[in-house]
Amino acid sequence: MTTILAIAGLVIKELYRRKDFYVLLVMTVVITAVSWLMNFFGENNIVRLLKSICLMLIWISALVIAVVTTARQIPAERESRTIFPLLAKPVTRRQVLMGKFLGCWLACGIALVVFYLFFGIVTATREHLAVTELIKGFWLQWVMLAIVIGLALLGSIVFAAPSSNSTICFVVVGGILFLGGHLGQVAMHLTEPGRTIVYAVYFLIPHLEWYNQREALVNDRALAAWSYCALATAYAAVYVAALLQATWLVFRRKTLNV
Amino acid sequence: METILETKNLRVEYRPQGRGQPKKLAVRDLNLKVEAGEVFGFLGPNGAGKTTTMNVLLGFVNATSGAAYLFGVDVRQPIARQRIGYLPELTYYYKFLTAEELLRFYARIFGMSRAQADERIEELLKLVELDSARKRPIKTYSKGMQQRVGLAQALINDPDLLILDEPTSGLDPLGRMKVREIIQRLKNEGKTVFFSSHELGEVETVCDRVAIIHQGELKVEGRVDDLVETHQGNLEKIFLSIVGYEGRSAVAAASVTS
Ligand SMILES: Nc1ncnc2c1ncn2[C@@H]1O[C@H](COP(=O)(O)OP(=O)(O)O)[C@@H](O)[C@H]1O
Ligand SMILES: [Mg+2]
Repeated sequence: MTTILAIAGLVIKELYRRKDFYVLLVMTVVITAVSWLMNFFGENNIVRLLKSICLMLIWISALVIAVVTTARQIPAERESRTIFPLLAKPVTRRQVLMGKFLGCWLACGIALVVFYLFFGIVTATREHLAVTELIKGFWLQWVMLAIVIGLALLGSIVFAAPSSNSTICFVVVGGILFLGGHLGQVAMHLTEPGRTIVYAVYFLIPHLEWYNQREALVNDRALAAWSYCALATAYAAVYVAALLQATWLVFRRKTLNV
Repeated sequence: METILETKNLRVEYRPQGRGQPKKLAVRDLNLKVEAGEVFGFLGPNGAGKTTTMNVLLGFVNATSGAAYLFGVDVRQPIARQRIGYLPELTYYYKFLTAEELLRFYARIFGMSRAQADERIEELLKLVELDSARKRPIKTYSKGMQQRVGLAQALINDPDLLILDEPTSGLDPLGRMKVREIIQRLKNEGKTVFFSSHELGEVETVCDRVAIIHQGELKVEGRVDDLVETHQGNLEKIFLSIVGYEGRSAVAAASVTS
């Protein structure tokens, strides 16, 4: 466990010494602030608009951080050959994967906390702030990111280049977020064998769209119940475990020298 | 005497690089035995299979057949690496860390306590003369300094066996002498050192025993004194006759080895 934590700590340290995270944060703050100023005397619905822009940016930023950071980890270790002195220590490849996963997930968590604090401030200046609802929204998004990180980690071992892996991850995650929920209805309108195939896909993919609570947060409505959150967490845990296991199976026997 | 490192009929084939190309046999049926307290020189021209053999010992590459053991433990088990230190051929470390942070990271992996780690890091930074640069990121280091960081990380756990892959290549004469000094010092402390090289002069001065491999095959093995006696010549001559440059002029031979 110390080993896993040490590796995770390294991921976090690298992220805050690089500047990407700050860029995304500043961008979110600036865009939100600008849209606020531009509409200052106008719309009545400015709060809704502001909140939805801000949340949208948070979702995009978090996905970018999760995918890009994760996709880079193992390829960078191999490219710079730092994986060799690391694995020459009594460290298993499973521990390396676990450490990388945990590091990326915690790093995303830290980034999300900062983003949500900002969102909280934006909200609190305009209307009452439901803190528990905000925490729910944060939690669900963070849990969803765990699945995304699991996907990106698997991709980083299967595909050679981090950039192609990132692109594929964005397409898959975007596809699931926008279409995943509708596949069931699509299937009903199809004939065999298309129907079975689409149904199979529908049941196999991790339903990331279930974690999207933006609408409720923007409109200051109650979010899903805690029991829903618990179930969604368990659902994500199953996918993450499966993805990590698959990643390990591929990584385990991989010849590492280049 | 305790056998520290052993390979039994070790064979490593690399998969073909391109279509229609043959498999590459990098190591063929290698049998080696290194006893406790020895400094063992593993010699051979470029491409002989030295790094490949070490990669098997460290678990980066899987043997096609045969077996390898460290301290009597199969190298496929990570625990075999608890008591070793390894210096890769080309060393790059996490560039965003300082030397001190890097060593602390590796110390954590070995489960060292904070106080233990502090003491050890202090000692090592003095030994490799990086005390003044300890707070600077590694990306600002020169090549020689990076090699010395590498040596320090290899020694972090006070290993009983050191595996050094061409530790002096690319260093200036002063740097080489320092590395030799450190090897000598480790020998005096009773450590076992297994290192590869094609710098024969230095090998002659520090090694107890050597093995010479060529095209993956073990050609000669024995105590340096014995070899010099039975072959009637210095190590360089023996080496050259093995790789097939016997009888050429000394000048031509010298240019081949460099
Ligand atoms: N990943 C690899 N794939 C294919 N061939 C390789 C690979 N790594 C090394 N080789 C080949 O194996 C042989 C031995 O290489 P190596 O062990 O690096 O030699 P040395 O360290 O003695 O210079 C060389 O002919 C090299 O080209
Ligand atoms: Mg080599």
